[in-house]
Amino acid sequence: MKAFSFSKTALAPATYRAPLEDSAAGGYASFEGWVRNHNEGRTVKRLEYEAFEALAEKEGERIVAEAIRRFDVLRAACVHRIGSLEIGDLAVWVGVSSRHRAEAFAACRYIIDEVKHRLPIWKKEHYEDGDSGWVNCERCGQGGSG
Amino acid sequence: MSPALFGLVLAGGASTRMQRDKATLQYHGKSQLEWAFDLLSEVCAATFVSVRPEQRDEPLRARFPQIVDRQPGAGPIAGISAALQEHPRAAWLVVACDLPFLTSHVLQHLIAHRDPQRIATAYRSAHDGLPEPLCAIWEPSAREAVLAHLAAGKQCPRKLLIASEARLLDLPDPRALDNINTVEEFGAASTALGAGANDQAPSSNAGKEADESSSAAAPSRDQRPVKTVRVQYFAILREQAGCSEETLDTAAGTPAELYEELRSRHPFKLAPTQLKVALNSEFSDWRANLRHGDTIVFIPPVAGG
Repeated sequence: MKAFSFSKTALAPATYRAPLEDSAAGGYASFEGWVRNHNEGRTVKRLEYEAFEALAEKEGERIVAEAIRRFDVLRAACVHRIGSLEIGDLAVWVGVSSRHRAEAFAACRYIIDEVKHRLPIWKKEHYEDGDSGWVNCERCGQGGSG
Repeated sequence: MSPALFGLVLAGGASTRMQRDKATLQYHGKSQLEWAFDLLSEVCAATFVSVRPEQRDEPLRARFPQIVDRQPGAGPIAGISAALQEHPRAAWLVVACDLPFLTSHVLQHLIAHRDPQRIATAYRSAHDGLPEPLCAIWEPSAREAVLAHLAAGKQCPRKLLIASEARLLDLPDPRALDNINTVEEFGAASTALGAGANDQAPSSNAGKEADESSSAAAPSRDQRPVKTVRVQYFAILREQAGCSEETLDTAAGTPAELYEELRSRHPFKLAPTQLKVALNSEFSDWRANLRHGDTIVFIPPVAGG
């Protein structure tokens, strides 16, 4: 299993967890990101994830490697969904096994935070009123200081 | 009455990712250290530069009043701690020197909403909503908390602000505290802040030729070699371009020039400051040299997770 990968079909955490098992591990922490039915006051019906996969896979692997090194955990992995998702679907999964729980939580948090900020992945929300928009992109068209 | 406000520029970092001292970078026609110092001097009763002991005599830093770390190696919190001990009755407006988008307005807003009853007043990060300790007012009452934090072996000033319920404000400008850690980010920030910074730019990549495209001696656009490049579009740019990729002949020498050229052909609303650049599937610099056969991607604001 790659440290970071994309999936075009529904995520299956049970299958991602097994490769993180390690006899030196005292625990495992995971994070699941779910599609929720609202964002910034609007009702969301479904959404689409799109990624620049060639770069995102490399950068995703770097993030997981950083987390393993920085928090000294045993194993870690992350899978991100792309394509069309419905409310309640899993958008992203992160799992970490480590000797002690604190590092597992910290590494898990680090991976999801960095994934959100660094990976070239975009989310288009489709709203109840038929409108749609790319998150973080639509209302900044006039921005830019300089 | 609130305690007097002193200013502290944090300039002790190792700048390992930039591979060059971030305090010396120039975006505004002077070193970032000097620029941040001047910004603080406008609003503070006295301003100092935080340094590690071995930085005291560096030419750039030696010109300023200094506060020397007492616990070097602990990162920025060592600088904050030293200042709180040196002048225990002052409050400290602490600012990192790698925030080129910071403005006087942002500092004044922080001061206007300062809460001296808390140990600190800080902004919420526009990225994750957590406190930004390196553009914050640290009150005299923070001293005990900082020392206890360090004594417990902790060094993260952000965690201290979270744990101690600092006063948190929303940023008047969400980009004001974007910090600059890599050569790529420096290039993008320089572009965003205007051409003034180009001359002082570190070379973008070992092995590539020096970037001559921005110098006055560069040949005019018409005389430059035309090359064929491929541009891939994602998300909002794909929709605005009406295609997911195109191959074109261009005289543009850099991704920055190419994006300007593409804006004349497509209704792209995003400014370059809002985008990142990838060249041949790696993050790149807005001023990198484009070569025949390159694949370029302009990366709109991301939203994974």
